[in-house]
Amino acid sequence: MDFIKKRSDLFIMTVFSIAVFSMPIWLDPIGASYPDLLQKFAIFGIFAIGYNILFGLTGYLSFGHAIFIGVGSYTAVWSFKLLSMNAIPAIIFGTLFAGLIAALVGYVSLRRSGIYFSILTLAFAQMFYNLAYSVLSPITNGETGLTIAADDPRVLDRLFSDVAAGGGLPSTEIFGISMSGYSGFYFTAVLLILAFFISLKIFNSPFGLKLKAIKSNQNRMKYTGYNTRPYLITAFVISGMFAGLAGSLMAVTDPLAGAERMQWTASGEVILMTILGGVGTLYGPLLGVGIMKYLENIFSAINESVLQSFFAFMPQWLNDTMVVIITPFVGEGWHLTLGLMFMVVVIFLPGGVTEGFQKIKNRFTKSKEQEKLKQGDE
Amino acid sequence: MDAILIQLLNGLDKGAAYALIALGLTLVFGTLGVVNFAHGALFMLGAFCAVTFQKILTISVKVIDPSITFFTAYKEQPYLEIWFGDMGLAIIDYAVPLSIFMAIPVMLLIGLAMERGLIRHFYKRTHAEQILVTFGLAIVIQEVIRHFFGANPIPMPPPDVVSSSAAIGTWLGLSDNLIYPWWRLIYLTFSLLVIGSVFAFLQLTTFGMVVRAGMFDRQMVGFLGINVQRKFTIIFGLASVVAGLAGVMYAPILPPDYHMGMDFLVLSFVVVVVGGMGSLPGAVAAGFLLGILQSFASMTIVSQYLPGIDQIIIYLVAVIILLTRPRGLMGRKGVFED
Repeated sequence: MDFIKKRSDLFIMTVFSIAVFSMPIWLDPIGASYPDLLQKFAIFGIFAIGYNILFGLTGYLSFGHAIFIGVGSYTAVWSFKLLSMNAIPAIIFGTLFAGLIAALVGYVSLRRSGIYFSILTLAFAQMFYNLAYSVLSPITNGETGLTIAADDPRVLDRLFSDVAAGGGLPSTEIFGISMSGYSGFYFTAVLLILAFFISLKIFNSPFGLKLKAIKSNQNRMKYTGYNTRPYLITAFVISGMFAGLAGSLMAVTDPLAGAERMQWTASGEVILMTILGGVGTLYGPLLGVGIMKYLENIFSAINESVLQSFFAFMPQWLNDTMVVIITPFVGEGWHLTLGLMFMVVVIFLPGGVTEGFQKIKNRFTKSKEQEKLKQGDE
Repeated sequence: MDAILIQLLNGLDKGAAYALIALGLTLVFGTLGVVNFAHGALFMLGAFCAVTFQKILTISVKVIDPSITFFTAYKEQPYLEIWFGDMGLAIIDYAVPLSIFMAIPVMLLIGLAMERGLIRHFYKRTHAEQILVTFGLAIVIQEVIRHFFGANPIPMPPPDVVSSSAAIGTWLGLSDNLIYPWWRLIYLTFSLLVIGSVFAFLQLTTFGMVVRAGMFDRQMVGFLGINVQRKFTIIFGLASVVAGLAGVMYAPILPPDYHMGMDFLVLSFVVVVVGGMGSLPGAVAAGFLLGILQSFASMTIVSQYLPGIDQIIIYLVAVIILLTRPRGLMGRKGVFED
């Protein structure tokens, strides 16, 4: 049994890795194979996988995960400034520091559950956001955002190589490989696969099972003699570290960090992605990220002239009405579509796209099962 | 002394807005059992009722400007001025207070439609789902407003008579320099009136009695043969009107923009939690308390020692209260305890 399970894990990981690494190829036909978008897929994929470990498994709805994205970004940029342009220390520090903050926030917030937990995390999100804008400005550089400069110390870089004085802004790299373009994507992809592997292990572990038990009935869990708090805090910290990793990767692919990443509505985005794909499922969040980032990419690029050429085959009056109707939903109005999508998914498909697939699958397989049942009756 | 009084008034003012929004939130919480993240959007819609009303009043036509004689110049003249002369201008001047009469039916309709169309189907769902769907609704409302009114704040002047400041210092026999904007005083009075009438409505009418009973034990009220469903719809409408009124009157203080709802939403949730879920007096008290705390924290003396405290004081207080007094200041036992 154990052996088979390990084999299936290996199988899943192999398929997943191949799928991720070949993304530039199979996403080409739908025009989503350029590095910027691929990086976004991978980064938000990590974020959503991590969020799913908390929300999907334990059912605790956190509005505070944008904090860890922000913390990860700031830490990574500081690592670029002080230590080295190498991405590896940046993501290590980003993840660890985000984990530390997550432990702090989680320790306090997880004393309550349900809606109180949500509001506590909301309060923390607002606190960190406001602080990043005001008192912490020396660290976060306030509204301008934190960026790297040519005359940063970068101790490690200067130790091992002669940094040409007066050169332009350095770019992020790993031992000489620049982190922009496809190499950046492959770096994030490796981490995505790693994150997925960890999530897979957690889902199948006794620990994951306990988290699911907390979701279904925390009281019963307590009566059985479990102290649920350590499990919850661990889940919170793990998901916070995933968010921190995602945040530092954002800084790796584009070395700047701003406070707007920490706004609580940014946490809303990851919640939507998780729900859209399917809360509590292994692949759901990734599916959600893919759908949402792809749609965002398409919708926000459309403008009136694009629409006009799209409906060019129609008679002029119909063309004009179509353009007038659709314009509010695209370009700047992408958020409107987002909100509507959010509502539709929560109302009709609380289980997300994965549930939708399941329903369709059931429709096809149901007839056979019913026949079997009938035969059994006879 | 002056500074303290001013900050106290500022705090009461801010607190009045928090209290009004939190009052509606608590009503909906306590009776319907629904966590409404779109409540801030209702506040914002109220403010935009005032904006729309002013826009309607000032619908203009191009006329020849008689004051310029060298050439034919045109100027915009509102129809109201053409039809009613000075009286029309006076109406335009009083656009904000007058828009209350438009805001009440509009907000009531919006509230009823929201409850019938969406909230009703979420009574039985989990709190997380309620939060998410209303959060989505809030985004939609916000974006629709941005589509029609743009992203910039729209300044809404109060009527001319009260656009200056009141000499509070002279009244109280303190210094003459102590002045305070009339409109803010009016806002405070207005809020107290609204809060008072909501409480009177709940305490003195039969309907109010049913609502209070419903907040205590919803199921039992249903068993007694009262149509709880219809009462809920009306309560939601009422909460929506209260939030809308708060928004209308706040427009001259804070120029309305599309995301003001979200900004106030988080604060008012914190207020509700601090006051105690499902406790109306708690919501009002916590609203004023947090408003005053916030404005005192922004005094220079305080921020000298604790920089940035004004930014986080409310959230800090909320965290502490939630951890030490799980039911908030006045929360009853057994209401919304996880």
